[in-house]
Amino acid sequence: MANNSVASPEVQKAPTGVPGLDDITHGGLPKGRPTLVSGGPGSGKTLLGVSFLVNGAQQFDEPGVLLSFEENADELAEDVRSLGYDLHKLVEQKKLLVDYVHVDRSEIEETGEYDLEGLFVRLGHAIDEIGAKRVMLDTIETLFGGLADSGILRAELRRLFRWLRDRKITAIVTAERGEQTFTRQGLEEYITDAVIALDHRVHEQISTRRIRVVKYRGSTHGTNEYPFLIDRDGITVLPVTSMLLEHEAPSERVSSGLPALDEMLGGKGFYRASTVLLSGTAGTGKTTLSAHFVNAACARGERCLYFLFEESPQQMVRNMKSAGVDVQRWVEKGLLQFHADRPSRFGLESHLLQMHQAVEVFDPDVVVMDPITNLMAVGTHTDVRAMLTRVIDFLKTRGITALFTSLTSSTQSLEHTESMISSLMDTWILVAVAEKERQRGRLIYVLKSRGMPHSDEVRSFRFTDRGIELLPAAGTRAPAGTAKPRRGARRKS
Amino acid sequence: MTTEYELRLYVAGRTPKAARAVANLRKICEEHLRGRYRIEVVDLAENPALGRGDQILALPTLVRRLPAPIKKIIGDLSNTERVLIGLDLRARRALRATG
Repeated sequence: MANNSVASPEVQKAPTGVPGLDDITHGGLPKGRPTLVSGGPGSGKTLLGVSFLVNGAQQFDEPGVLLSFEENADELAEDVRSLGYDLHKLVEQKKLLVDYVHVDRSEIEETGEYDLEGLFVRLGHAIDEIGAKRVMLDTIETLFGGLADSGILRAELRRLFRWLRDRKITAIVTAERGEQTFTRQGLEEYITDAVIALDHRVHEQISTRRIRVVKYRGSTHGTNEYPFLIDRDGITVLPVTSMLLEHEAPSERVSSGLPALDEMLGGKGFYRASTVLLSGTAGTGKTTLSAHFVNAACARGERCLYFLFEESPQQMVRNMKSAGVDVQRWVEKGLLQFHADRPSRFGLESHLLQMHQAVEVFDPDVVVMDPITNLMAVGTHTDVRAMLTRVIDFLKTRGITALFTSLTSSTQSLEHTESMISSLMDTWILVAVAEKERQRGRLIYVLKSRGMPHSDEVRSFRFTDRGIELLPAAGTRAPAGTAKPRRGARRKS
Repeated sequence: MTTEYELRLYVAGRTPKAARAVANLRKICEEHLRGRYRIEVVDLAENPALGRGDQILALPTLVRRLPAPIKKIIGDLSNTERVLIGLDLRARRALRATG
């Protein structure tokens, strides 16, 4: 495995055009070489291969041949129509050639020596006919069911993969996953350039697809399992920018929705495309603050996607209305959309996929997740953190400003509860209730805000009939155990 | 004379295997189908497009196009018994009985 970690400039890549896959493979599949794609039934092997061919033909000027051992051209075309692929059209344009190889053992008698030269001739002819640069063999292991002499088959498959390499064809060879091996017939012995494993798990009625680059000779690659989804836009591997930290960092600022809070944030509010964590115990006004933020964004004509993990949209809208913040009008104008789901209904990966899809569809400028702490019940802290990292990565790539609320348990210190996610956040705002002289006061302060001078003041706020109002600074101190008191504004880098 | 058996033998190039298959086929036909057969040898090296129609993979492949149904026999046809079974000229059970 040591060679996997060494990047070699000689390995040329053929991009698959599948969003995310070219990121985790650092550019695509090994050009001019075969890649093994293994997975169980229904894991998406064929769709991945077809995407590779279709994208090759449409985006990279590389025509492709699909040698199908399981489905004929019409069946295949029907299967991938829902992904938006028109195979018949590509065939007409001579950018794709589908050859259905049908083997029926019952009509074949074997006697004496033979080889698979017929397959070579057919494939070679198909490649020459359209000048193919890409080939998909789906699923060549089917031959083992059709021909009795597995010794001949093995020797011929070895010859076939060498032949593909000699012709500098970039190929995807699909195979059914075996009990202990990546393929039932041990094809991984013959294809050592790259191996990709697909997996489709259903756990507690939650279905998740995952992809993993098991091996990639001469190239670095992401080694994790990445979730992927198949929808009408084809295959998308998440996260789309897993390996990169190349987000643009806009210097533009957006209002928090409260001028006084903007004042505490260097006078201008949040950075666009930054992440904001808003944490506090129950009933401290997190959702109301979020509503102010949404309100301001929609008033600027921006689109907001609001994920609710605790309340229904109707509840939220009603509560905000009684708190003096009318968000219903933005829903009616189509600027605000809610997505409510009980976290326990899905696994983390499914949540990730759904958020991803919702964001793709609605194309928001602002996203709120309220409260993300409810997601923690679904997975371990490490999993939640990994998921949030992906979400944030994805949102930042799209230039979306994101606000996450976090419900803090009153028995734990804030820092402890959120230490695992706070590092992902650019700005961290705390809200708290403090008992003072028999009066419950509400406090807000900015614990951190990267890249801007921010106030270290602890400000009181109250609910009015027009939402939250910050009271004039009065030198209030932070409640014990929440943060070290600091004085004056200082610049943080 | 009626052509009861229409046989097509697929090969690729003039390989020893191909030559053996042609010779074996002619011999078997003369012995068992005299006057009732027609053989067509297709060289895929010259006509690669023809392999698709008859679903040719292995070479050599003998295709019995007539009488229906289509039968395929792959290999150099060196085992006469198996070829006869593949052509439905001998019952499958007979082979097992004689070993």
